[in-house]
Amino acid sequence: MRLLAACFLFVGAACSPETTQLEPDFTIEASQRVSGSNFLTPETVAQQNDDFENPGYLWVERGADLFEQGEPSCAGCHENGLEGVATHYPAFDTGTQTLINLEGRINLCRTRHQGLTSLPYESDELLSLTAFVAEQSRGLPISVEVTPQTQSAFESGANYFMTRRGQLNLACTQCHDDNWGKQLRGDTISQGHGNGFPAYRFEWEDFGSLHRRLHDCDTGVRAAPMELGSQTYIDLEFYLAVRASGLELESPGIRR
Amino acid sequence: MIRACALSSLVTLLFCCPEAFAEQLVTPDMIVGDTIAAPLSNTASSVEVGKTVFVDRDQGHCVLCHQIDGLDAEFQGNVGPDLSTVGDRLSAAQIRFRIVDLQSLIPDTVMPSYYRLHDLNQVQEEFQDQTILSAEQIEHLVAYLTSRTQD
Repeated sequence: MRLLAACFLFVGAACSPETTQLEPDFTIEASQRVSGSNFLTPETVAQQNDDFENPGYLWVERGADLFEQGEPSCAGCHENGLEGVATHYPAFDTGTQTLINLEGRINLCRTRHQGLTSLPYESDELLSLTAFVAEQSRGLPISVEVTPQTQSAFESGANYFMTRRGQLNLACTQCHDDNWGKQLRGDTISQGHGNGFPAYRFEWEDFGSLHRRLHDCDTGVRAAPMELGSQTYIDLEFYLAVRASGLELESPGIRR
Repeated sequence: MIRACALSSLVTLLFCCPEAFAEQLVTPDMIVGDTIAAPLSNTASSVEVGKTVFVDRDQGHCVLCHQIDGLDAEFQGNVGPDLSTVGDRLSAAQIRFRIVDLQSLIPDTVMPSYYRLHDLNQVQEEFQDQTILSAEQIEHLVAYLTSRTQD
């Protein structure tokens, strides 16, 4: 309910015609927002920060190789790298007039400029390329804002975050806004930021996208999950990125 | 998927309202204030079985959020209140109500409703039309929690 109130505040802000940048109101104040890595053991944080010990770097390296392939290759155009780019995703694509995430941008580059097919969501190749691009923004603050073009996507993401679902009938906000820092058995509830993704998760023993994590949250409350790469999850990813703005991007992160 | 869900809830609203009670396992007349006096099941309840329901990951797994002193379960959660002496604070009828559908009294509570089928959204297919716990499991839990007193 608190979230609904926040939504209405947001809508209220959007109504003033001269506003182009909308500043939504979140339950957790900006000064209180902390990365999921704050809830990991010091050993896991050390592993995340060590490029040789962090298993995610295997995907980053694969991505670096893939970046050189194709005619033209990604590197053929992006010769100066892509530092900072990932901090601004999801972003609005003017060509398709839709909100896309980094995975979507990589696939659009392939089909628009490289004469290649889209890579399947969660494929090793797409994860590797995404990790390679995201890693170039490691340590930089996430910087995603709501604009008039993305306002409806933001509201859709906010709505998903605030809506109870599944047999357990729980909304994301109830754990990640209202009860973060408390213990669920051995786990500390995080604030639910996506700044470590794509990430290596111990539970998966694998590297995966934020959408795979969202899929797990949905099935965790026994809700029918959405498709990975679906617009619903992209909108939710966008809401989360606005909410996480200011936090450092940590991909390839390590999470439980 | 979303559209399908929205449509199905619309259908539910349009056609099921007059018979909404038919879907409700616990009808409003069974609830008085914050109590459900009548047991949900006639089978004999057991404190020991209730303790298992409280701890087991595949049953209530209440220790995910709650703690009870002396219970053989490591890393008990603290999202919900400590239930070590809940039997001193609440009657069996109050405990039963809180497990069945606390959301009917406190809509914002994070406590799931363990014995309810109505007004749910986007439920995974394998869990549809099933309560989280059975009537028998809840009666065992009520017996166990009622037994949790200081003495």
